[in-house]
Amino acid sequence: MNIVLLLAPMSIGLGAMGLFAFFWTMKSGQYEDPKGDAERILYDHLDDKPPV
Amino acid sequence: MTQSLALNRDLEAFVRRDAEGLGRLELLVSGARCAACISKIEKAVREVPGVDAARLNLTTGKLAVQLRGREADPGLVVETVEGLGYRACLFDPGEANAAQDREGKELAVALGVAGFGAGNVMMFTVPAWAGIFGQELNGSTLTLMYWMAAIVATPCALFAGRPFFRSAWASLKRGKANMDVPISIGVILTLIVSFSETILRGQHAYFDAAVTLLFLLLIGRYLDHRLRASARSAARDLLALQTPVAMRLIDGAEQGVPVAEVKIGDLLVVAPGDRIPVDGLVERGQSEIDNALITGETALSPVGVGAKLHAGALNLSGRLVMSVTARSEDSTLAAIARLMEAGAQTRSAYVRLADKAAALYVPVVHTAAALTFVGGWAFGLGPREALLRAAAVLIVTCPCALGLAVPAVQIAASSRLFRKGVLVKSGAALERLSEADHVVFDKTGVLTEGRPKLIDAPAHLVAMAAPLARASRHPLAKALAAEAGLGLVATDCVETAGQGVEGLIDGRRARLGRAAFVGVTGGDVRETELWFGFEDSVKIRFVFEDRPRADAAETIARLRGMGLSVEILSGDLAGPVRDIAKAVGVDHWRAGLTPFDKAAIVESLKAEGRKVLMVGDGLNDAAALAKAHASMAPGAAVDAAQNAADLVFTGEGLDTVVVAIDTAVEARRRAMENFGFSALYNLVATPAAMAGLINPFIAALAMAGSSMVVLLNAARPRISWRRR
Repeated sequence: MNIVLLLAPMSIGLGAMGLFAFFWTMKSGQYEDPKGDAERILYDHLDDKPPV
Repeated sequence: MTQSLALNRDLEAFVRRDAEGLGRLELLVSGARCAACISKIEKAVREVPGVDAARLNLTTGKLAVQLRGREADPGLVVETVEGLGYRACLFDPGEANAAQDREGKELAVALGVAGFGAGNVMMFTVPAWAGIFGQELNGSTLTLMYWMAAIVATPCALFAGRPFFRSAWASLKRGKANMDVPISIGVILTLIVSFSETILRGQHAYFDAAVTLLFLLLIGRYLDHRLRASARSAARDLLALQTPVAMRLIDGAEQGVPVAEVKIGDLLVVAPGDRIPVDGLVERGQSEIDNALITGETALSPVGVGAKLHAGALNLSGRLVMSVTARSEDSTLAAIARLMEAGAQTRSAYVRLADKAAALYVPVVHTAAALTFVGGWAFGLGPREALLRAAAVLIVTCPCALGLAVPAVQIAASSRLFRKGVLVKSGAALERLSEADHVVFDKTGVLTEGRPKLIDAPAHLVAMAAPLARASRHPLAKALAAEAGLGLVATDCVETAGQGVEGLIDGRRARLGRAAFVGVTGGDVRETELWFGFEDSVKIRFVFEDRPRADAAETIARLRGMGLSVEILSGDLAGPVRDIAKAVGVDHWRAGLTPFDKAAIVESLKAEGRKVLMVGDGLNDAAALAKAHASMAPGAAVDAAQNAADLVFTGEGLDTVVVAIDTAVEARRRAMENFGFSALYNLVATPAAMAGLINPFIAALAMAGSSMVVLLNAARPRISWRRR
């Protein structure tokens, strides 16, 4: 049963990483223009980085 | 010509500069759709001198432009985008925009946290359920699992629940209980009971229920917010396209300023085709003014030096210089604005469906929980078991389905309407719209197209006058040109503002315009006519009329079919109103009304107990729009009317009114179905909880199940045989 004490924090840690990744995507404006991003990613000459 | 116009406009007021002098400019661009548009626009704008970077947001249609220094000309940026064939206007995003965004961000963060909590807490509670079914997970291992669940769920629930707690607290302070009150009490009590059970090494803890409930409710709330925000920003964009800039005249140069910054005494330039931005007096120039949006009159009124101009009127033929007599907020519209405010206040007293349900639900459920506790203890269950059962009552009746019942339906209905070009500005608007039993239409611009059309003219006469008509900007001449189609344009044209246009057709001098200008004397002069004639030849008269919208008669017949009565209230003269009323099949009409008359009539209808839907587009309708039970305005309406209206419909057809009412009625029916289902579910679940038959597994199943039923009912496509 002791393995739970190792596995539980690990899985919560992984979940938390996902949560912080979500916060980061939101803060860096990656949801500002979903339609435009879908087009921008297809072409090299368009700037596909999130807006500042 | 437009190029030169743009170049001497100074639009610095729209540039926001930071400490280092770097400027940022926002444009609203319409018509961009694909990667090719993005690349075309961004590339062209980057080549404008002084522009550092340009970025087009395809979702919102906003083009953000960064300027290097002072040398960049915002007017040139607008020109560049328009030169590519897109409509562009400068955008001045207000404070409201930012506040909106903050609320959306907070909900998204709360949703993320609740999702994380709901997902991870299951890791511990799903094994714990095994103990309930008599398998080996028991005793200290179960308690360990619950402690782990508590560590994950408690902070997540407390954080993600903040929007609910805040709204519940605000509602309690006002002495009322909205739907957020039982949600907050449910979540907090669930956490407390679960902790006490875990400490006492009990079997039943509901940490997963608390955070999953919030997760499901936040999904509904976030979608609702997103939809509302996009409808509102679409409505704002419509307005921004209408009166973007006031052109202030300073030392002979034109400088563009946001309308809100105009001061009394300023000199403004109004080009032909522009709307008058604020009230004022004509200082220089001559023109004709279309007051249709202000008074509902279809006749054009000629203005000269010293004439009064009302904000929202359309300047038709000549360039005017006006002095400002009132700012937009305190013009002659102040009285109308006060009426609008009073109307909005009575409206905010409207109790929404969900709150009505909450008012019924809160006392019943909380009494049931209290009775369970008291009764259980009295009948010898012991305080701990009695409290657990009382908590189970609160948890299984936890208003998940009830909390989603209305928002889910409204999200579905609003997005359906959004796709059809109807912007719903608030959820309460749909509820009020569904109750309407009497429809009041404004005439000009609502039942009619709001622009003149040529009647009864032989084609060869139209063709004869067309070359001159094509050279003119006057709306009547434009209507004539539209009738004739493409063709030759007269040469050597000179347009005299408020009079007419003169030019050469095949070498013969001809005039098109008012009777006196063309050389006709005597007879009754009408505003909605044009005269045409070659020099020393017969003069021809063209008569114009504002035609009803193509589907106006059909729309009114369908409204009647739905059991609604219809009435026309117009500020126009009795003659034209009678004609239109007859054409569209309305028996009740009133003409020559002032804005105050309209508001008073709506008020008296309300006093009779009628639920009035007002459809109007003019400033003269704004007060009535605000007072009516529900209101709609077309996308071409003045901003005051659009602000006062609950719904704004874009597009040419009037049938959107029928579609909107239909959708609202259907949404109400679905919401009632959802309430019925929730009531049924609670009727079964409450006795079960009182009898102690509920365990955490059943609670989780019941909660998710009831929410799914409510969501699916909201999203199911409409059954078409119900109403043909």
